[in-house]
Amino acid sequence: MTTGNGFAVRADKVSRHYEMGAAVIRAVDDVTLEIRAGEFVALLGSSGSGKSTLLNLMAGLDRPSGGAIFANGRNLSELSSLELARYRSRTVGMVFQSFNLLPRMTLEENVELPLRLAEVDRAERGARVQEALERVRLEKRIGHRPSEMSGGEQQRAALARALVNRPTILFADEPTGNLDSATGESIMLLLKEIQQKLGMTIIMVTHERPLAERFADRIVALADGKLVSDGVKS
Amino acid sequence: MKAGDLGELALRNLREAILRSSLTTLGVAVGVASLVAWLSLGIGLQSLATKRLSNSGLFDTVVVTQRRSLPSSRRPPAESSPAKNARPLDDDAKREFEKLPNVVEVYTQIRFPTEVRYDGNPYSTIVAGIPASAQGNGSFDGMQGNFFSGPNVDEAIVQIEFARDLSAQTSSLIGKDLIVRYAERQALPPAADGGAKGTASSDANAGGFSIVPREKKLRIVGIIETEPAAGFGGFGSGRLLIPLEVASTLRAAQVNDLRDAVRATSGKPVYASLTVRAKSPSLVEGIETSIKNMGFGTFSLLDATKNLRVFFTIFDMLLFIFGSLALAVATLGIINTLVMAILERRREIGILKALGAADRDVKQLFFVEAGVMGLLGGILGVGFGWLVGRAVTIGTNLYLKRQNLPSADVFFVPWWLVLLAIAIAVLVSLVAGLYPASRAARLNPVEALRYE
Repeated sequence: MTTGNGFAVRADKVSRHYEMGAAVIRAVDDVTLEIRAGEFVALLGSSGSGKSTLLNLMAGLDRPSGGAIFANGRNLSELSSLELARYRSRTVGMVFQSFNLLPRMTLEENVELPLRLAEVDRAERGARVQEALERVRLEKRIGHRPSEMSGGEQQRAALARALVNRPTILFADEPTGNLDSATGESIMLLLKEIQQKLGMTIIMVTHERPLAERFADRIVALADGKLVSDGVKS
Repeated sequence: MKAGDLGELALRNLREAILRSSLTTLGVAVGVASLVAWLSLGIGLQSLATKRLSNSGLFDTVVVTQRRSLPSSRRPPAESSPAKNARPLDDDAKREFEKLPNVVEVYTQIRFPTEVRYDGNPYSTIVAGIPASAQGNGSFDGMQGNFFSGPNVDEAIVQIEFARDLSAQTSSLIGKDLIVRYAERQALPPAADGGAKGTASSDANAGGFSIVPREKKLRIVGIIETEPAAGFGGFGSGRLLIPLEVASTLRAAQVNDLRDAVRATSGKPVYASLTVRAKSPSLVEGIETSIKNMGFGTFSLLDATKNLRVFFTIFDMLLFIFGSLALAVATLGIINTLVMAILERRREIGILKALGAADRDVKQLFFVEAGVMGLLGGILGVGFGWLVGRAVTIGTNLYLKRQNLPSADVFFVPWWLVLLAIAIAVLVSLVAGLYPASRAARLNPVEALRYE
């Protein structure tokens, strides 16, 4: 789904400021960005550059202090809390650096969780979970808990959980940050494969330029909350 | 989120913190147990008191008399006469009373003085007729021997004090025979000169009656400790109880016969009074009003039952407040548990929100957890409360036995109290969960995800 004119997400002069006493921290400051449907975009920047904050704003986890974000044909700033939750549930999938799997749940239960939240019928859930796990090649670990899996497997599990509701946009916040380079590369290959097979829009935050250059279609660099470069790879 | 999923997740969360959830649930259970124990004590005592009073026949009966004109200062009350055009208290009226809603039975009071001969010795006492329905009203609970085997049998039940007069070994009286000597009314034919006209007796014959001494052999079938329905409206100070139908066939002369003989105005039998028994004391008022509207005089101790109800309502309310204190403490326990759960599960709440959980879903999840703890605590608490009640009842009865007093159920847990206690436990838990659930729902997902 697009915002119209072929854009999956469009940030228009978006700002996110935090007040810390008398000081104002400009985590994201007046950023305008248009991401086309099916694009693999890397948000690149050093720590504190505002890339994760921008990702959270576009994923509907946070609301901007100024400007507007358009996704799924609507201005996210104008959505109610419930509508924003539905956007996160049905349009967006999220992958985090620290995987964020629920430790007491099995892989199957973790992947099923978004289906519960989206009120998908029980009869349909099993097949959807199976499909997501097959996509990340974890179907044989279905009954295992996160503590029984490697870091790479946990990230693949998180990816399956992000894909199970068949979102159109996948947000990944440093998905390889907690992984060794070989495992990180396998995750990136998986993301690329998903983008190509499903035509999914992927917006990934990373501070590793080589990784971004190798897998992303486009690199958007941020520094001190501002967009400093936006380059489509040749 | 669907209700089934909410329930599953809530139960899973409670299982994960099993010790804390169990202790909190136990706290609720103790609170509910306290509430149930105190209230069942109140209900038990109320039931005990009302049962004894109900058995006395004081509160569920209406005594009906013919409407009398107000006595003038020149005429003593005992000689007050039926009002002009007053309806006679005859069999037609009796049948009308029987047809009234919520009336269990209508009977006349038969009570007459007699001389009893037992083992060759004479004893003066009062015989009272007992309706067959008295067997079921609790008056005869715990009696030695049995109730009458039928409505027309020549059997007697002896009140314990009279039984002691008859024999030191009261239990040996059961199965023995005694002779009752009484005065039988025998109808006289109407006077030929018409002198009795217009002053027909209350008996079946308008010509008055004569008195003939008679004897009746009765077999003692039971001995009763209490005096059932003593006094107003009941079978009154009868120490030798016989079936009402048998008493009726004896046609024994009663105290009021002489007075009624000169009052009756028709050839129909007229009763001095009739006792109308209601299904419960609360229904007496309606029956009394209906009978008054039919043109009769009535009397009941309705106001006394009202005061009794007011007393026990206040008593129960005080016990409820007292019992609720423990539940109030348990409420704080629930709040504490859930607030701690929010701190522990902050990151999890963030994950749920990132995956699409609405504020409402998070709030409901905490609500269900609180509700489940309340429900389990309520069920457990009712069980504990019942056990406490049983223990106190056993202890009380042991004490009463030592004091040579009859046993009593001082605790009573009715079904409505079971349901009410569980409902209160759930409600209180949900109220306790209100603040933690709102706090959890308001968590910012970005901040929650950052939490380690």
